[in-house]
Amino acid sequence: MGKRLLGVVVGTAILGVLIGLYVSVWATQLPVAVSAPTSGTGAKRTANLTLETVAAVGPQLSSQHPDWVSYLVRSHGRWVRSTIFKLPAHALVHVTIYQFDGDSGLRNPFLAEVEGTVGDTMVIDGKAVRTIDPDNASHTFVVPQLGVFVPLEGVGDNAKNQCGYAPCLLSQAHHTITFTFRTGGKGRYRWQCFVPCAAGTFFGFGGPMQTLGYMDGFLDVA
Amino acid sequence: MSETNHFRRLMILWLGASAIATPLVVLLLGPILPPGNGSAQASGHVTDNTVLLGTATPVFLLIVIYLIYAIVNFRQQPGAVLEGPAVRGDKRVQTVWIVVTTVLALSLATYGTVRLVGDGAGAGQGPNPAFAPGGKKLQVQVIAQEWAFTYRYPSYGGVETPHLVIPVNTTIEFHVTSLDVIHSFWAYQLGVKADANPDVDNIAFVKPTKKEAFTIRCSELCGIWHGYMFDTGHVVSPAAFQSWIKQQRAQFAPITPALPPYSTTYIPEPTLRGS
Repeated sequence: MGKRLLGVVVGTAILGVLIGLYVSVWATQLPVAVSAPTSGTGAKRTANLTLETVAAVGPQLSSQHPDWVSYLVRSHGRWVRSTIFKLPAHALVHVTIYQFDGDSGLRNPFLAEVEGTVGDTMVIDGKAVRTIDPDNASHTFVVPQLGVFVPLEGVGDNAKNQCGYAPCLLSQAHHTITFTFRTGGKGRYRWQCFVPCAAGTFFGFGGPMQTLGYMDGFLDVA
Repeated sequence: MSETNHFRRLMILWLGASAIATPLVVLLLGPILPPGNGSAQASGHVTDNTVLLGTATPVFLLIVIYLIYAIVNFRQQPGAVLEGPAVRGDKRVQTVWIVVTTVLALSLATYGTVRLVGDGAGAGQGPNPAFAPGGKKLQVQVIAQEWAFTYRYPSYGGVETPHLVIPVNTTIEFHVTSLDVIHSFWAYQLGVKADANPDVDNIAFVKPTKKEAFTIRCSELCGIWHGYMFDTGHVVSPAAFQSWIKQQRAQFAPITPALPPYSTTYIPEPTLRGS
C-alpha cells in the first residue's frame, strides 16, 4: 500500500514537472531578435530596418503555419521570420517595407493617416504620401508608445505576377514604402498591425495577429 | 466558566477593539485609499471605500477575535477523548446571524444605490443612463479596438485622435464603444470604468477637478496585447484644451473626411478577411 502510494505521488510529481516545463517553454518561446544595421554615433546615429509583408509566409519560414500572413525582416542578406527588432535609443530609423500583400481595409479609418514619422509622411513607390484610402490598407506598422502610425497600401487585386507565399521576389507585384521615425529611450516597445488581416479568424485578429513572429512584435531599444 | 461569561468577554473584547481600530482605519487609511481625488466621482469612490472599510473592520475583528478566543479557551484539553456537543437549533444565534447579515447587506445596497443617483459614480450606464448629471457636458467618444483606444470629439468636427485630453471642472460625457471584441475603458485617477462592447454605446459621466495626468487601461482581457493597451490622458485648463483641440483638428484634418459620420456605435467594414 505504502509503495503504491509513493509510486502515485512520485509519478504525479514527475508528470506535473513535465507539464510545467512544456508550458514554460511554449510560453517563453520568442522569435530570434534581429539587429538593424546602424551607422553614426550619438545624436546622429541611424539604423536601417528592411521589412516585407507577405500574404502567406510559406513552408520554408513556418512549417507550422505556412498559410499565415506575416512580416519578414532582412538580416545578413536573407529574409527572416522575426518581429523583434533591436534598435539604438534616440536614433533615426530608416524603414523600408516591401509590401507584397493585397488590401483588406482598416476597421478604423483613422489609422490611414501617417503619424509620428519624420515629416508625418511616408513614401510609396517614390511618392510622398500623408494618407491612403482606408479601404486599400493591407497592413499597418504602428508603435503606439512612440506615436508612430504608418498604413501600408495593398497590392491591387488586378496586379499581375502576385506573390503567393514567401519568399517573394522584387520582380513580383509590390509597393516599396519608406519612412523614418525616431526611437525613444531604452526599453521594449510593442508594435502591431491594425488591419484585420488574419484570414479566417475572429474579426481577422486571431492566429498571426496574436502570435509573436508574424504580425506584431517588439522594438528592443538599447 | 458559564456560556454567558464567554459571550460577555467576547463582546467586551470586540467592542473595545472595534472602538479603537475603526476610527484609526477610517482616519489613517481612508485618505490614502484609491483612486484619489482627480474628479468628483473619484473622490466619491474614496468616500465609498472608506465607508466599506469602516464597516468591514468590526466584522473582521469579530471573526479574528472569536477565532483567537476559541483557540485559547475551547482547545482540546489533555486527556480528553471526545469533542464537545455540536450546537444545533439555537434560535438566538440564528436570529442574530440573519438579522445582522441582512441589515449589513441591505444597508450597503441602499448606500450604493444612493451613491449612484446623481451622476452614476463614473460607471458605464449603457445607452440610456439612469443617473445623468445636469448642466452642460462635453461629449467624448472612446473607441476601443484590438489593441488601442482612440477618441472622437463630436463637438469639434468629429475629429479623432489617439490622445485623450479633457478640460478641468467640466462634466465629460464619455460614450464608450468597441470596433471588435469586448474591452473596458478604465481611467483610473478619474474613477471612470465602462465596458467597451461592440455595437453598444456605454455612457459614463465624470467631472475632473484637478489638472493632472491620468492612467488609461483596458480592464477586460482582450488578447495578446491587452497588457499593452494603456495610455496616459491629461486634464488641462479650458484654455489649454481649446488650444490642443485646435491643433488636433489641424493635425488630423487629412484623415477626418475619411472617417464615418459621428455615430454612437460603429459596425465597421471590412470584415471580409475576418468573417
